[in-house]
Amino acid sequence: MDGTFAVFNRALVSYRRLWQASVFSSFILPVLFVLSIGIGVGGYISGVDGVSYLDWIVPGVLASTAFQMAVGESTFPILGDFKWTRGFHAMRATPVRIGDMIGGYQLYIMFRVIIASVVFLGVSAVFGAIHSPWVVLTPFVCALLGVAVSAPTSAFAATIENDSYFALLFRFLVIPSTLFAGVFFPVSQLPELLRPLAYASPLWHAVELCRAATLGVAPPWPVAAHVAYLLAWAGLGYLLALRAFRRRLSD
Amino acid sequence: MVTTYAVARVARGNRLSPARVGAVINRNVGALRSGPAYWLVLASGFFEPVLYLLSIGVGVGALVGDLTLNNGEVLPYANFVAPAMLAVSAMSGALAETTFNFFFKFKYVKTYDAMLATPLRPMEIATGELTWAMIRGSLYTGAFLIVMVALGLTTPGWALLAFPATWLVGLAFGAVGMAVSTFIRGWQDFDLISTGQFALFLFSGTFSPVQDYPLPVEILIAITPLYHAVELIRGITTGMLTWSMLGNVAYLLVMLAVGLYVASRRLTSVLCR
Repeated sequence: MDGTFAVFNRALVSYRRLWQASVFSSFILPVLFVLSIGIGVGGYISGVDGVSYLDWIVPGVLASTAFQMAVGESTFPILGDFKWTRGFHAMRATPVRIGDMIGGYQLYIMFRVIIASVVFLGVSAVFGAIHSPWVVLTPFVCALLGVAVSAPTSAFAATIENDSYFALLFRFLVIPSTLFAGVFFPVSQLPELLRPLAYASPLWHAVELCRAATLGVAPPWPVAAHVAYLLAWAGLGYLLALRAFRRRLSD
Repeated sequence: MVTTYAVARVARGNRLSPARVGAVINRNVGALRSGPAYWLVLASGFFEPVLYLLSIGVGVGALVGDLTLNNGEVLPYANFVAPAMLAVSAMSGALAETTFNFFFKFKYVKTYDAMLATPLRPMEIATGELTWAMIRGSLYTGAFLIVMVALGLTTPGWALLAFPATWLVGLAFGAVGMAVSTFIRGWQDFDLISTGQFALFLFSGTFSPVQDYPLPVEILIAITPLYHAVELIRGITTGMLTWSMLGNVAYLLVMLAVGLYVASRRLTSVLCR
């Protein structure tokens, strides 16, 4: 456990020097999104599932912010620590084990996501988009989503040599997920053939859990099923990351 | 020997040589092909705006229904959003090439220092890079216009007229992007650029009419560049031409001229020290 916390601590130390750069992407952009789409476009929408469009979209943007942050933080930073700064190689020369490297970094992802969620919820409350005390659970849902996508992304980042693949990852997986996983419009509007793709995305499960929590309604699947699906991604991602890190560090 | 050199210098004069500009473009083609999965990278630039169109235009559009503009015209929401996505695509295609890629070559790979060791001049480098950005950008906007026609969001005739308008948008943003890139200090500054770009994307009358905003905000938006690109292209693809579109064209032309002037001045002063 000491090793895990050492890795977590290292990530925090470097974040303390760089946090200003993330203020825009983690806090200001989602607020701009809510203003433009939630209020601007929402003015033309009478409502979705019986609530105003703003109320409906806020939990979606909350989860998708966590999603993008977790994927983004696991691309260049992870590849960079293998390829450019060789931080992982340095850790390998200490008692830190490979599981600690991954675990510590996942703690850091949870930390980042929880802070961003709490700030975003505060802003959403000002807009009057929070309707249930269950909202206190959403930062944890976002943290779980963060690990569910960050662990496999770290595994991917550990296996590639060229960072151009990240552009492909974003364009073909991250952006389509964000646009079609029930953040901006209900998945039920998708053609029937495409709906399973949305259900397969971990983002959809987190969006539905967050939406259930901010609106105080039941999610479409049992809560345990949504959570189990996210846990499966996190667990499988962790195993993949272990294997990828071990291979990369054995050279 | 000295005479031939002097003659060569005079012959070079101040005109741009198409062959030398072409060489700059050709280098970019070669560099692109050397990357992994370059067809995928090339194709992905086209997918992004199409996905936004399908998600916001069609998906959210189904919730919105028809939009009544303040001139009384009624427009399906997808027809309203699609031209804005096209303008955004023209903007971001040009900016990707002239900010991020340009800066990388300028500061890190020292591509331009290498180029200046050949008969190339700064203005030719700037022109070549901008032309390349336009070639790549037009592939995307052209394909996007075909999608719009296929989805019935505009007519083939208006699409043909909108195509050159997307060049103007790309040139204007590309030139300004290049000028800005010569001032960039490090990668952190790209956070500012992409945030600015994203704010323009959200608030330039792209997703909802600017008349919805309070008047001061509306005036503020009318000063920013993407608004003019969206107005121009939306006017064309919806076939609602107005005289105010000449103002949009003039705005973009000024951007182009100022951007090119500053970019070549800065390139000369930074590279030819």
